[in-house]
Amino acid sequence: MPNEKVLMKGNEVLAEAALRSGCTCFFGYPITPQTELAAYMAKRMPKEGGAYLQAESEVAAINMVYGAAAAGARVMTSSSSPGISLKTEGISYLVGADLPAVIINVMRGGPGLGGIQPSQADYWQATRALGHGDGHLIVLAPATVQEMADMVATAFALGDTYRTPVMVLADGMLGQMMEPVTLPEPLDLASIEDKPWALTGTGAPGRTTRNIANSLDLVAGNLERRNDERFERYEQIKAKEQRAETYLIDDAEYVVVAFGACARIARSGVERARAVGIKAGLIRPITLWPFPTTTIEAALPGARAFLSVEMNKGQMVDDVRLAVNGRAPVEFYGRTGGVIPTPAEVATALADLQQTVTAAGTKEA
Amino acid sequence: MSTPTATPTKTVAELEAHADEQVVFQRPETLTSANFSYCPGCTHGVVNRLMAEAIDELDIKGRTIGVVPVGCSVTAYDFFDLDMAQAAHGRASAVATGIKRANPDSIVFAYQGDGDLASIGTAETVHAATRGENITVIFINNAIYGMTGGQMAPTSLPGQVTQTSPYGRDTKTMGFPIRVCEMLATLDGPALVQRVSVDSPKNIRQAKAAIKKAFSYQMDGVGYSIIEVISSCPTNWGLSPVAALDWLRENMLPYYPLGVFKDAGAAPAEAETEASHE
Repeated sequence: MPNEKVLMKGNEVLAEAALRSGCTCFFGYPITPQTELAAYMAKRMPKEGGAYLQAESEVAAINMVYGAAAAGARVMTSSSSPGISLKTEGISYLVGADLPAVIINVMRGGPGLGGIQPSQADYWQATRALGHGDGHLIVLAPATVQEMADMVATAFALGDTYRTPVMVLADGMLGQMMEPVTLPEPLDLASIEDKPWALTGTGAPGRTTRNIANSLDLVAGNLERRNDERFERYEQIKAKEQRAETYLIDDAEYVVVAFGACARIARSGVERARAVGIKAGLIRPITLWPFPTTTIEAALPGARAFLSVEMNKGQMVDDVRLAVNGRAPVEFYGRTGGVIPTPAEVATALADLQQTVTAAGTKEA
Repeated sequence: MSTPTATPTKTVAELEAHADEQVVFQRPETLTSANFSYCPGCTHGVVNRLMAEAIDELDIKGRTIGVVPVGCSVTAYDFFDLDMAQAAHGRASAVATGIKRANPDSIVFAYQGDGDLASIGTAETVHAATRGENITVIFINNAIYGMTGGQMAPTSLPGQVTQTSPYGRDTKTMGFPIRVCEMLATLDGPALVQRVSVDSPKNIRQAKAAIKKAFSYQMDGVGYSIIEVISSCPTNWGLSPVAALDWLRENMLPYYPLGVFKDAGAAPAEAETEASHE
């Protein structure tokens, strides 16, 4: 029934939304806290006539994704932090061969085996280092279960448009959380654009040339041209696909920047700060790559300082600093190891920031 | 077997000038006009040709997808006139699985060397086999890493001198060579597990028959096939092409006996007979 709300777990919503976005292949490997996603796919995918396979490893799973993506399918894999590390080799090959795929990371604490509690400690990896070589993924960060439902379709569409893998970067809190959600209407598969580059066989209808999925080019100049072309696409992505949500930003002097589940906490922290007279606001990046620099830019004229609030030791703060580029102080507050910051802590950090900035201003005056 | 037709590169005038001549040997349609980049005397080219002939004869060129991972075969996408995927080192069977699962009507092969298939890609190999993945794996075993310049392979023989076993492979510290076919034949998943060689015309003909059978099994949905091809690497063995084939016969064939280790498509008695013949 359209528009009916259902109560679902974040991990399961990601899977259901993928099926409704035309995902016909899923390859995964069990890892907490994302396993419900694979289990849901195992139950549903065969009934949809698609391919579900529990691979022998994360390494195999991402290479199966590479094969299915090369064959032109809408394909997804999901994992959590240590598993994503294993996938990075394959992700680099997806980038190098310009193959679209959706990769879910339901983050847990690290490094190493870390823990199974929520974390945002893979920001650097997602935005900087998903495999060797020059390259990026589009990285989308949901903050609610509803956004998870809507974002998967966006991820598949962006991947196809720009021929790039796309990561949905969630965390254990969102993955395990149940919220009422309106699921997207199933996509009309006929609306998915043809992929003339796909490996469907040289005898496929309308074919005049053969297709090769490849990241290898032993000729130096050729490889550079391929990289240049990819980075031209990245510039288009940066220009057209930045996404962010703002809250109480119009008159904000102290701007909190937070993503994912952490942004929901930060939002309450902003409200608490407002209650004690601090003009606080929130920017929630929805695309972590490309980072929403235009939203930061728009907030700069009224901003006295920025505070990046994260469930890690300070990773996205690097991007906030790059965007602010020295024009305002940028500070960080975060918790790690499965410890979740509280609204009160965020409000306190804002109060401290106001005090520091005011004191510095008085000293200068 | 399909009737040989004129190569597309010939003009009508050229064909008419030779109208009284009968074509008895020509490049298979599944091979491009690119020259092989393999070293002189290397048997990769022989195997590539056998595969191309099999694909031509089974009339599956238009729906066959090849997967070539890292190794000397890494640029084989230039040689096969097919849709091709280049894969990461060791991952060809996983990539082939992804292609096959996405488009089950495609005929998918993975063409892998010994380092790729039996060392870095052992897990992908064993699991594709045990799943009975309906793909065709062609496994080139020449007991050495060719592309990187002659290092010890998982299939290098005891005592074999390589760049990274300069005093010979010492089984006490470097372990023993893996017999892939024998290992995979213990699994329930594979349909066809066979070891062939390309050291002589007779063995080349048997290799061709095995490769063709493997592809036909995939077409019929019988399941996973692996054809291990005992091959030579004159460059990295430091031998002439002819001496390399002698070395292969004297050293490799005793350790890696030829034969059918598993054949789900054959009558049980027939499979046994084939193995005992070798």
